[in-house]
Amino acid sequence: MKKIPSISRRSFFKTAGVAICASAVSSRDAQGSGFSEELMTVLDISKCIGCGECVAACKETNAHKFPKVKKPIPKMFPPRVKVEDWSDKKDIDDRLTPYNWLYIQSAEVEHRGKEYELHIPRRCLHCINPPCANLCPWGAARKEHSGTVRIDEDICLGGAKCRTVCPWHIPQRQSGAGLYLDLLPRFAGNGTMLKCDRCYDKVAEGSLPACIDACPEGVQTIGPRSEMIRYAKGLALEMDGYLYGLNENGGTNTVYVSPVPFEALDLVVEKGKGKPHLAAVENSMANEETLTSALIAAPLAGFAAGVIKVVSDIRKGKRYD
Amino acid sequence: MTNLLLKLWTPVLVLLGITGMGQMPIFKRYYVADIPGLGWLGEPYIVHWIHYAAAALFIFLAAWFITIWITERGKVTSTGWIRITLLALLIVTGYVRVIKNLPDVHFSPPVIMLIDWTHLFFAFLFGVVALWSLLTGKRPYLRVRE
Ligand code: HEM
Ligand code: SF4
Ligand code: SF4
Ligand code: SF4
Repeated sequence: MKKIPSISRRSFFKTAGVAICASAVSSRDAQGSGFSEELMTVLDISKCIGCGECVAACKETNAHKFPKVKKPIPKMFPPRVKVEDWSDKKDIDDRLTPYNWLYIQSAEVEHRGKEYELHIPRRCLHCINPPCANLCPWGAARKEHSGTVRIDEDICLGGAKCRTVCPWHIPQRQSGAGLYLDLLPRFAGNGTMLKCDRCYDKVAEGSLPACIDACPEGVQTIGPRSEMIRYAKGLALEMDGYLYGLNENGGTNTVYVSPVPFEALDLVVEKGKGKPHLAAVENSMANEETLTSALIAAPLAGFAAGVIKVVSDIRKGKRYD
Repeated sequence: MTNLLLKLWTPVLVLLGITGMGQMPIFKRYYVADIPGLGWLGEPYIVHWIHYAAAALFIFLAAWFITIWITERGKVTSTGWIRITLLALLIVTGYVRVIKNLPDVHFSPPVIMLIDWTHLFFAFLFGVVALWSLLTGKRPYLRVRE
């Protein structure tokens, strides 16, 4: 089957790929505006050998974005607010941390009488309507036109609400860095939150995200959303496999394709802090979307009710004007 | 009916203020969410939904009062004008935030920050002016000429 192979190659953004999806490539400004369609990644986990090249590449490429911690980290008030300090544990790579935005989850499973050992690169999924960004009360987390969801590490106060509301609890906190230090460090905020930013700076230059570029097995593919959905579905059909991420949380810009159902993988992968699950996820923003209709109707209903009241008052002779 | 709606005005604004403050993760940190019955103030989604619902109710009330006010010959007091202006600004910035939260809508980073910070700032100012009006006995928004 046609695999759109050029997309997972360095040259994609510069040469061959430009013809396939010229709309999503060429150089972009760093804000990621100007993309006519959001970018999506597809991960064929049947190909992943768990070598960890992508994890190492992510760390190396993005090291310049890591928080610069000022020590000693201020004590928090009240004392039950705990400092989260990963600055001496930068090498940890078996979970998500402020210094490790991607890690490999492994699963040994049997499916239809066949044994599988699968590896699943895990990071932020870049949701279509990301609750982490929507519920950020400070404007530090946001979705860009490229579909990339980013937290501005210089503006973030580290309240970690984004981690609470993310269905996978992806963003990770480093205390002792960020804007809160300049405000009321003991009383408000607690650091800055970090997660995969889809290598926005590299993509803006027309290069591939580091993890995609580094993979020796071509596990990941990136391209315009509609094209990637077609590719992922074709791949799933081909391997008689399953998709994760396409409809999760109302839809994300990351789709995993696996020969084994994700319910089965979710049962066996190690889960916990910094180790996200693979369970089905409802749209976190569904209620807000419904309540928006109420907000549209409210002024009209109020106006209509007011008019009825005025008219009835006039009828009853309560008003003379 | 008008009296009932008038009675709702202050409680709805208080609820908006509390759930607005609850958008920032402070109630959990400062033990407020530990008080029995207030645990919901530490649940970001619940606080968010209630802020939306309270905003809808508030905007309904505001539209109702404005309609009636236009047809009446009331004179807006000076603290009334300040509060009405701030509420209008809160409504505008609030709606922009709501639009931002819809799927497929995303604004540029400076716009998002501007809206978030001004909404917070207007809420703070409104709180100050509302308290001041309460303490100095200048509560009415308008004096209706009989
Ligand atoms: C007197 C009225 C109001 C007060 C005191 C108030 C107060 C606040 C405060 C303090 C915040 C958190 C700080 C911030 O994020 O800026 C907030 C957030 C928010 N407010 Fe209000 N607000 C009011 C009215 C409204 C209205 C009328 C709407 C909608 C039409 C609205 C929608 C929002 C939204 C959507 C958020 C934040 C969460 C998000 O971005 O989704 N607010 N409000
Ligand atoms: S996966 Fe979590 S952190 Fe990533 S965009 Fe979605 S809600 Fe935000
Ligand atoms: S896209 Fe970039 S930031 Fe995200 S996991 Fe890959 S290398 Fe890391
Ligand atoms: S580099 Fe490729 S094969 Fe190696 S762990 Fe990452 S995704 Fe899997």
